[in-house]
Amino acid sequence: MKLDSRIPEGPLEKKWQNHKANIRLVNPANKRNIDVIIIGTGLAGSSAAASLAEMGYNVKAFCFQDSPRRAHSIAAQGGINAAKNYQNDGDSVYRLFYDTIKGGDYRSREANVYRLAEVSANIIDQAVAQGVPFAREYGGSLDNRSFGGVQVSRTFYAKGQTGQQLLLGAYSALSRQISKGKVKLYNRHEMLDVVTVDGKARGVIAKNLVTGKVERFGAHAVVIASGGYGNVFFLSTNAMGSNGSAAWKAHKKGAAFSNPCFTQIHPTCIPVSGSHQSKLTLMSESLRNDGRIWVPKDLKDAEAIREGKLKATDLPEEKRDYYLERRYPSFGNLVPRDVASRAAKERCDEGFGVNKTGEAVYLDFAAAIERYGKTEATIHGVDNPSAAQIKELGTKVVEAKYGNLFAMYEKIVDDNPYQTPMMIYPAVHYTMGGLWVDYNLMTNVPGLFALGEANFSDHGANRLGASALMQGLADGYFVIPYTIGDYLSEEIRTGEIDITHPAFATAEAEVNDTIDKLLNKTTKKHSVDHYHRALGKIMWDKCGMARNAPGLQEAIKDISALRAEFWASVTVPGTKNEMNPELDKAMRVADFMELGELMCKDALEREESCGGHFREEYQTQEGEALRRDEEFAFVSSWQYTGNPSEAELIKEDLIFENVELKTRSYK
Amino acid sequence: MDLKLKVWRQANNKSKGSLKDYQVKNVSGDSSFLEMMDQLNEELIYKGDEPVAFDHDCREGICGMCSMHINGEPHGPETGTTTCQLHMRKFNDGDTIYVEPFRAKAFPVLKDLAVDRSAFDRIIQAGGFVSVNTSGNTLDANAIPVPKSDADAAFNSATCIGCGGCVAACPNASAMLFVSAKVSQLSLLPQGKVEAKERVTNMVNQMDLEGFGNCSNVGACAEECPVNISLENIARLNREYLGASLTASK
Repeated sequence: MKLDSRIPEGPLEKKWQNHKANIRLVNPANKRNIDVIIIGTGLAGSSAAASLAEMGYNVKAFCFQDSPRRAHSIAAQGGINAAKNYQNDGDSVYRLFYDTIKGGDYRSREANVYRLAEVSANIIDQAVAQGVPFAREYGGSLDNRSFGGVQVSRTFYAKGQTGQQLLLGAYSALSRQISKGKVKLYNRHEMLDVVTVDGKARGVIAKNLVTGKVERFGAHAVVIASGGYGNVFFLSTNAMGSNGSAAWKAHKKGAAFSNPCFTQIHPTCIPVSGSHQSKLTLMSESLRNDGRIWVPKDLKDAEAIREGKLKATDLPEEKRDYYLERRYPSFGNLVPRDVASRAAKERCDEGFGVNKTGEAVYLDFAAAIERYGKTEATIHGVDNPSAAQIKELGTKVVEAKYGNLFAMYEKIVDDNPYQTPMMIYPAVHYTMGGLWVDYNLMTNVPGLFALGEANFSDHGANRLGASALMQGLADGYFVIPYTIGDYLSEEIRTGEIDITHPAFATAEAEVNDTIDKLLNKTTKKHSVDHYHRALGKIMWDKCGMARNAPGLQEAIKDISALRAEFWASVTVPGTKNEMNPELDKAMRVADFMELGELMCKDALEREESCGGHFREEYQTQEGEALRRDEEFAFVSSWQYTGNPSEAELIKEDLIFENVELKTRSYK
Repeated sequence: MDLKLKVWRQANNKSKGSLKDYQVKNVSGDSSFLEMMDQLNEELIYKGDEPVAFDHDCREGICGMCSMHINGEPHGPETGTTTCQLHMRKFNDGDTIYVEPFRAKAFPVLKDLAVDRSAFDRIIQAGGFVSVNTSGNTLDANAIPVPKSDADAAFNSATCIGCGGCVAACPNASAMLFVSAKVSQLSLLPQGKVEAKERVTNMVNQMDLEGFGNCSNVGACAEECPVNISLENIARLNREYLGASLTASK
């Protein structure tokens, strides 16, 4: 099979405009007769639902949470990128495009990324018009900050709660359409299968999570905006309910799944503290604007710190190793996430870790507090300020910038980060891989679309900070409203979708079978969490921050064995026709068990290191990632054949006409 | 630490519920309250009992999905904290902890500790938005300067996570703090001023329709709010509502 990306002809900067000008449209009278299902109400899902409803389509929006406002986009902290160049620091659409391609380690499509950069500025206009309270300067204009992997300040933010504010903006737009009856909301509903009729997506099977009832829903197009699959690792920064099931079910119905092994391990998360832990918490990348990352220079000091005999604050400057500043002087603490994560792992593997488990490094704000304190003293005309005065003034500035993050850290760790450095360690955060989509964001199943984190298209092998919000909203507000018409223009004569069609009955029966299989077991050994934890451990150990061929081969076998055990003896309490969160969890974990295997397969086949995918066999003498463009400058898309590790590989060559492939250097 | 729990169990919306006793042993002080509940549920599952249903998602204190009335307070004893961010180090070995659902007529219990808060969504649908289409053909984001103090105040109101703790804390089960936070955010910004009168009228009407009680200035809502939404918002709501009812065109 061949996948056609349908990239429009013409020069890079004209592609999107030309495409929009020539795309097929659906007239307003016909839009009223067309239904669109949207799975997920995060930034991509909410914005798409609101936009399509405004245009006149009938939208059915689904979320598994009690309200669309809970979607995990809400937890994004640091900010959203946009090529506004308000700071006059040399930013442009091209530079945002270039940074994103380079940050993604040259494994994304030029045309898609350019479009993303092009519409980015509009997102900010849109959000402000909706009443999103971004941070502002005293003159009343919008403030910006810097993020990793770039040398300009193009990140718009609302303290450490940018995702919350943007999602509530999209949610308000969605709510407005619900009130007009243009969107029908199905909250506490989980999609359990896509229904295809004659090869086209015609609807979904979804479960009402309150009554347990499995129901059929028809539509002329199905849009999957259900986020990423980081929870395959059990511990991640994702929400507890975040899952890969919608995307995985689509894959099993024929949609290709691309680059599944490209996982982002975020460098600044609160370290694991014990086995009770159910999830990990991110500390925004924006903290790296002001925090300096270090470990002790001497192994002996590291050991003393681990044993509690030495305090971080007692270690003099010359005995600290600011390893990012040392290794990457030009980007310093603001190197991209993959680079920062690997560097932390490298130091901890060498024995320099600073917490009990040896898996933590310091993120220190003392220098920033002093720097801001001195500036504030000057502003307020304090002559010869004392160290204590400087600290007090500086602390206020840091609190204004990152107060909520510091408070959250203190709640979780029980330590005051204004006084002692934070401890951080990398954790699974985001998945660049996802459903394959063409330029119209349509998968290879006609009528089935994928947006936001659920698709693979824009971030290559590594996503830059503050770009997930940008992509989710770009896809939902500004791309899908145009491109879905290209497909739906063919559907104006279809009429209402018949959910009594045998395809719906079959899909519904299969879902019911799976549920019955999980509930009616003769042997019940372990809880769902037990299997999920075991899967997470395999994935983290063998398909985490560093991977190698023997490990991945083992992982594939281990996962397949674990999956067999899961299906033989998982314990799922309760019954079918009631609210049963354990059953819902079991269904998600069952899908993770298959998806994890495909991730390992993909990681095994990609014999190079790029972005978040680091193969130990392929590194430079200095331990930097070694990309192999000659052999691997392609998108790996997998077609399901019945067993995840026997999926069929389809390659889409990545053609770079506008940027030159270079070894990424942040030195 | 070892704990005694008294947990509200209720099979569904129609059935009657009651408090049941449980014990959880060897709870780590570093666990969050929800992780302690996970621990209880794991034990129940292995015993062949039915685990306790409760709402939760992000476990970072931002999504607003977790609820629970803990020892008589929404989100438990610590101020400015959601249940997911409440850590067990705040409790002592041997403590007895009461865990109940949020209680309010407008928040019917679905099962055990999970309640239906879609009334909040319907209040937002009644007017918690700016009526602007998502075309992208809007003004440049910097076209209207917004004083920093207004932007900051709007942000503070906008940080409401919609958890419903304010309703659960209020003796009248009023939703005034929730409604006022959204009304404030949008009335403080130039973009929201255009339809401020319709908004406040519609949202307050919907709040009444949903069966929330009236505000009698007790202040428990702000006291218990996990993200410290201030009572000032209610004052602003009252002012906006009064203004709208005297001058609205309809």
